[in-house]
Amino acid sequence: MTGLAILVVYAALFAGSALVMRVIRRGMQERHDLTSLKTVTFGDESAIRPDRAASVISILVAFLLWGAFTGSKLVPFHVPGPFLGETSFSYEIRSASGEVQGGTALIYAGTEVPAQPPGADVVASVPRGRDQLIRLPDGGQAFSVDGIPISAGQTVDVAHGRVSMTPKGTLSFAADKGLQMEPIWLPSPEAVASRFLEIARSGYQNFTLWEHLGASLMRVLAGFALGALVGIPLGYAMGLSGWFRGWFDPIVEFMRPVPPLALIPLVIIWFGIWESGKVVLLFLAALWVMTIAARAGVSGVNITKVHAAYSLGASKWQLLRHVILPNSLPEIFTGARVAMGVCWGTVVAAELVAAQKGAGMMIIAASKFQLTDIVLMGIILIGVIGYGIDVLMRVAERKLVPWKGQS
Amino acid sequence: MSGLELENISMRFDLPNGSYVQALQDVSLKLEPGQLLSVLGPSGCGKSTLLNIVAGFLAPTGGRISLNGQAVRGPDAERGVVFQKGALFEWMNVRDNVSFGPRMAGQGAAQYGPKVDHLIDTVGLADFREKAIYELSGGMQQRVALARCLANDPDVILMDEPLGALDALTREKMQAMVLNLWKETGKTVILITHSVEEALLLGERLIVMAPRPGRIYREYQLPFADQGVGRDLREIKKLPDFAARREEILSMIWNMEEEIMGSQGAAA
Repeated sequence: MTGLAILVVYAALFAGSALVMRVIRRGMQERHDLTSLKTVTFGDESAIRPDRAASVISILVAFLLWGAFTGSKLVPFHVPGPFLGETSFSYEIRSASGEVQGGTALIYAGTEVPAQPPGADVVASVPRGRDQLIRLPDGGQAFSVDGIPISAGQTVDVAHGRVSMTPKGTLSFAADKGLQMEPIWLPSPEAVASRFLEIARSGYQNFTLWEHLGASLMRVLAGFALGALVGIPLGYAMGLSGWFRGWFDPIVEFMRPVPPLALIPLVIIWFGIWESGKVVLLFLAALWVMTIAARAGVSGVNITKVHAAYSLGASKWQLLRHVILPNSLPEIFTGARVAMGVCWGTVVAAELVAAQKGAGMMIIAASKFQLTDIVLMGIILIGVIGYGIDVLMRVAERKLVPWKGQS
Repeated sequence: MSGLELENISMRFDLPNGSYVQALQDVSLKLEPGQLLSVLGPSGCGKSTLLNIVAGFLAPTGGRISLNGQAVRGPDAERGVVFQKGALFEWMNVRDNVSFGPRMAGQGAAQYGPKVDHLIDTVGLADFREKAIYELSGGMQQRVALARCLANDPDVILMDEPLGALDALTREKMQAMVLNLWKETGKTVILITHSVEEALLLGERLIVMAPRPGRIYREYQLPFADQGVGRDLREIKKLPDFAARREEILSMIWNMEEEIMGSQGAAA
């Protein structure tokens, strides 16, 4: 039910903000660059530019929904939360001697019972989000609640909650849960933020936050560097020599579809659960991607460039250095971006299995104590760092291979 | 023995289905230093195969080829090639492309610098020395290719439809440039082209090749290249002699193409 509500609200916000932005922009001056003057845009992918307003609103909406469903103080409106406060219901009991007696039960849901509660036959405190058995006076057997007959296993809706009867005949009160998430399922944004600040200041599980994240990053960099160091020359060799290609083709094509995560058990058996095991795993994750990228880079060289270089007097070594290597750089960068993504995903998974520090270790340790805010914080940090790595790679690509996609 | 010599060059490719293609049969040719030879012919007559053999990219299945008495065994700096397109190095600017040959030969910047700069000026790219290749138009790129080839000072320049990808106007300007450069440098040039006009304008000698098997069909000695040096090539084209030759060769190639189409139709 809650899921469906979120979906409907989300779709409404998506369409609604599109309409609002269209109305706002109607008054603004139109741009007259080439793309905005194109009349055919549906089907012309190059004419589709990401609407940055949509990106900003999208992020805002994600936080808004998060806040609204977690009762965040940062968000001005919320979906109904669990009932907190004072409520009551009436009941009728039949005593052992068959005597019928009515009464009122005063319930304090999620709040303390005041020192001097107003007069009632029964006063009970129900913890937030829990059920609570209601002890009726004289051990009598209840048979109606708010005038509605009730027997074992049945439930009656009362103000701000439900009263049900256990198989043994005791009444039990549960306050309305509302649509908000409990912190154990989904903590509010500020809970995650304050947890982030706390861990950034005082660390988690014997290590500072930066040591955790740094450990993951170092593993990725080490594994990626080793993978590139072996994979790129191997890919070149496979692109330049039939014997190399024939020899390593079966190995590469066999290893490529094996997900690195499937190698974790074997790597643990062979290299243990500490650093060397993780670096070996990441090395294997990066190796095949980089090999295939380098091989594709060599086969992608236009044969006329090779012919031209030889006709200008280049030796094999010079051809490799001045033609094949630079020509394969765009492919290598594409491969490096893929490999970095795979490595980052793999390191987190590897740390879930066994680690003393690392981003993955943080979230798996926190999940064992049901510290969902740390889990969420870890996931967000992992996402942000992964995205940051990719942005850096793209910047480097633009700097180092400006001719990519040109000519 | 100086010059380029081809003796009974044959080229036969085996096909996967067991048959074969006789791309060239008994092509013999002798080219004196400083000559410009145009090669014309219908598609599939083996022009490009011939050029690839002279450049050393393909080994012929029969015959001998030598330059200045030395057998040709592979690509070398003594035989420069200007390709139709796509042969420039995008990761280098204009100057680095042009200086590629001297740099590969181990020359220092002081040694090749003046020559390279002069060549870039000669092909009219003085303002584009530091530009990236992908920033240049197609005509400019071919001028870079030409300058790059000349910077290496080869004995023979092989041109494989060097102006084929250019628009008509740029092509005419470039033809004049090629002609003047050839006269200035005195290089031996083989020019493969699809354009009869171009072949007549630039070639001192002209061979027309015929397909199936690829062979030399006719050979001409032409006066137009000498007449055209330093002149407007459009005036040459208006000469009655030029027009007559053009018609003769055009109809010759036209007939060959018709024959190919006809025999294919009969086979089908």
